[in-house]
This record gives sequence, structure tokens and C-alpha cells, in this order.
Amino acid sequence: MIIDSTEELAVDCCLLAGRLMMEAGAETYRVDDTMARMAACQGLAGADSFTTSTGIIFSPGGNRHVKLASIRKRATDLEKIARVNAVSRGLSAGEMTLEAAYQELKRIERGDFMFPFWLQLLAAAVASGSFLILFGGHWLDIPAAFVAGGLGFFVSETFHEKTRVKFFSEFTASAVVGLLSLAAVRTGLGGQLDLIIIAAVMPLVPGLLITNAVRDLMAGHFMAGTAKGAEAFLTAFAIGAGIALVLSFRGVA
Amino acid sequence: MIWVINGICSFIASAMFGIIFNSPRNRLLHCGFVGLVGWLAFLAARDLFLGGDAVKASFIGAFAVAVVAHLFAKRYRTPMIIFSVAGIIPLVPGGTAYNAMRNVMETHYDVATVHAMEAFMISGSIAMGLVFAEVIIQLVFKNKRRTA
Repeated sequence: MIIDSTEELAVDCCLLAGRLMMEAGAETYRVDDTMARMAACQGLAGADSFTTSTGIIFSPGGNRHVKLASIRKRATDLEKIARVNAVSRGLSAGEMTLEAAYQELKRIERGDFMFPFWLQLLAAAVASGSFLILFGGHWLDIPAAFVAGGLGFFVSETFHEKTRVKFFSEFTASAVVGLLSLAAVRTGLGGQLDLIIIAAVMPLVPGLLITNAVRDLMAGHFMAGTAKGAEAFLTAFAIGAGIALVLSFRGVA
Repeated sequence: MIWVINGICSFIASAMFGIIFNSPRNRLLHCGFVGLVGWLAFLAARDLFLGGDAVKASFIGAFAVAVVAHLFAKRYRTPMIIFSVAGIIPLVPGGTAYNAMRNVMETHYDVATVHAMEAFMISGSIAMGLVFAEVIIQLVFKNKRRTA
């Protein structure tokens, strides 16, 4: 079996693109589609792939080696998806050589395109404030929602970095949100406890997971769809449990 | 006036979620716009036409989000998910789910079940809205290509 280096590179390129997209939170069917397109334009006839949210198996067809990439970390990084998509488009349209595409993908893998953390924190806080108004809250409660939402997001992110257990970090974050809101209402800085909690918890809601789970299920990717659905359910449950803990103490304190 | 305030707040909230989800920088305003369209469609449907039925209104809101997101995706040649994810967030039934849980904690299980069912139905109708819009748009574009 002879494998020339160009083919090897093409296979690596497809798999790297797939892994990057999956890690950034793309839909499974899009990952499959992207890899199929890249493989087709590189002349890998009969290429096929099997994608789940924890790993990708890519078979380049013929008597070439099957390769596997496992996905260990999952985050939401829409910028990364857009960049990989652009590379795949460029490669398929022939505007980019295989070598250049691979280098670009490597650069995307190394690069950090995230917004600075303080800006994300601010965004979460501001989003909480606007949700309060959307859900019919009073203007005077905005500061409470702003602080609770920002701190909740902060706790969720820092705990996730430290412990790597998503369930725990979300549980703690929502408990913090609940406690802060309760404190705000008790000290008279906030009026409606329910609305403050709902608004401040919104930045933790697994929105991307829910949409992706549904779209994967509808596209026939039942493995990935149920896996993502389970992750979304677990997250929602963690948030609910954190809030429930605080609410259950409300009567006592 | 209430519409203007709602529009501004949904725009800000969706754009902020664009930052949290790390959307490309030059697409943040588009994310906000998608959220605005979805929320106003939801609100108009719920309060003006359906008499407070949040389940059907969520379908309409999600449908609007998916249509606008798809048009942006075609226009800027980026994956649709970049626009739709932030736009869908305001529609998520956070309040209903919260009420369900709160009633469970207060051992009002009968009220809790009603809220939980509503939250479940709303999530389902959001999903239906997204998928229906996508399928219909694909049919439209396919027909256009065939006639062109």
C-alpha cells in the first residue's frame, strides 16, 4: 500500500478541520458536510466520516488508513467555526492550495480569537440587565440583575477552568446568582426576586447546545443529537438545582 | 413605547450573547438584529394575535429568527449558526422553567407540572420553528435554482 504525502496531508487537513469545528460547537451535520466537501475536492474518492460530539472517525476511502480524532474539550467559539468554514470554502473553490489550507488550519488551532474575559463578563452582565426588562421587570432592579448576572458568569467560567467539571461549575454559579438576588431583595436593592433570578441566570443557559441538539436530531444524527441533548439537560438541571438550593433556604433564613 | 424598549433590549441582549459566544467581531450587530426580529415577532404574535399563547408565539419567533439568520448566512457566506444561536436566546423559556422549579420547591406539584409542560412545549415549538424555516427556505432556494 503506497500513500503519498499529499494524500496524507489531505486526510490530516480534513480531520483537523472537522475536529476544530466540533470543538468550537458546530452542528454535527455541518462537520460531516465540510469534511466530505474537502475530501471530494482533494480527490479522495469514497471518503466517509462518522461524527459524534466526542470523536470523529474519518475514512479516506480506497485502501488508505482510517483515522480518528477525539474531541476532549468543547466550547462555543463561533469565530472559529466561521474561519474553518472560510478555509474549507477557499480549498473547495481552488483559491487555496492544500498546503496553505493546512497551515491556516494549524494557525486557527493555535490562535485564540476569544473576546477578552472582562468583555465577556461585561456582556453577560449587560445581557442580564436587558433580559430583566424583556421579561417585564422594573428599571430599579437592573443593577441587581447586572451584578448577579456578571458574577454568576464569572463563577461559572473560573470554576470550570479550575475544576473541569461542568456540572459543578454551573451548579455553583446558579447558587451564587440565587444568593446574590436574595441578598439584593433582602437589603432592598431589588424588588422582584423571581425576575432578577431569571434574568441573571440567562447567560448560563445552554442555548447553543439546545439548538444544535435539535438540528442534529432532525438531520438524522441521532448519536450526536442525543449526546448533546443529554449535555443540555444536565446543564439545565445543574442551573435548576443551584437555584432550588437557594430557594429552599429562603423560607428558613 | 413598549415596543421600542423591547426592541432595544432584545437587540442589546442578543448582541451581548454574540460576545459571549465569540461571534466574529463584524457580525455582532447582525446577531443583535436577528434577536430583535425574533423577539418582536414573538411579542407581536403573543400579544396581538394569539392572546397570550406563548407556545405558538415561540414557533413564530423561532421561525423569524431562522429566516433572517438564513438570509444573513447566504449574504455573508458564513454558517447560519453564527446568527441563529444568539437570536434564539431571548425565546428560551427561562421564566417558565424557573416557575416550574420554584413550585416544586414549594411542594405545589400540580402548578409545577403545568409550568414544566409549558416550558417543554415552548422548547419544542422553538425547535419546530427553526427546522420548518430551514426546510422551507431550502425548498424555495432549490426551486429558484431550478428555474434560473
